[in-house]
Amino acid sequence: MKKRILAVSSGGGHWVQLRRLLPAFEEQDSAYVTVHADYKMDIPSGARFYAVRDATRWDRWGFVVLLLQLVWIFWRERPQVVVSTGAAPGYFALRLGKLLGAKTVWIDSVANVEEVSLSGRRIAKYADLWLTQWPHLATPTGPRYLGSVL
Amino acid sequence: MMLLTVGSQMQFDRLVKAVDAWAIDNPSVRIFAQIGKTDYRPQAMEWVTLLGPEEYRKRFDEAELIISHAGMGTVISAADHGKRLLVMPRREILSETRNDHQVATAKWLPGHFGIRVAMDENELTQALEHWQDIAPCSSEDSDARNDLLAAIRQFVNG
Repeated sequence: MKKRILAVSSGGGHWVQLRRLLPAFEEQDSAYVTVHADYKMDIPSGARFYAVRDATRWDRWGFVVLLLQLVWIFWRERPQVVVSTGAAPGYFALRLGKLLGAKTVWIDSVANVEEVSLSGRRIAKYADLWLTQWPHLATPTGPRYLGSVL
Repeated sequence: MMLLTVGSQMQFDRLVKAVDAWAIDNPSVRIFAQIGKTDYRPQAMEWVTLLGPEEYRKRFDEAELIISHAGMGTVISAADHGKRLLVMPRREILSETRNDHQVATAKWLPGHFGIRVAMDENELTQALEHWQDIAPCSSEDSDARNDLLAAIRQFVNG
């Protein structure tokens, strides 16, 4: 039985890491959410694609737009699993996913070598699976280390 | 051809200058540079501020060696495409970045895919002298990646 997956990331390194996870979703019914329309060329044909606003901490209006876009996407997609490699769009997508009964996975960026990201720490309690990509950052109370995109 | 890329966010004069100095001494090697917000203007390299995604991809595909700041985006792209990669981390103290995460990244990178790391300009110049000895990044799946894919598959299906 195929699962409806929503895979979400912001741009640059976050998207590159999400791209490395594509094989894990190929046998599922997947949709992708990121911040640049150009990235559509990276996903398998047949998968659905959405570009949303890229918001940062200093951009409150951007957050509102992003949240509204995500609500609309959730209404259309009704994902059973929400996956993110960060940052802001993934944070909100996991919060929404949790609220609407989806299973949620957060994979903290491999660039966070010395400590887990701020958004990663904030999302912890909303992530059913909370992962770091560095074994030395794993702790008994999370995040867990189960591999990396490298 | 070599491609020098330093991202688009802040200046990285040190790296661009060091590669340009080497290019001046090695005129037979063609280097294309995407310098972002760097103030220094290369003399011995063809350069632009920022390439569009398609042009970037084309230059990336053609390059025999990628020279870069220690940004994860470039690192993973080099791995995906099996490119030789030489990186030098940005330093916060020199106003090249807002925090020292690239220095941390650079310390952990050796051992992954065969990336060559230069911590400063001297190490960079030495690495460039013997750039053909840098092994292409392995594009084959690593155990760590297979483990992560398996864990996510299991979670999705579970």
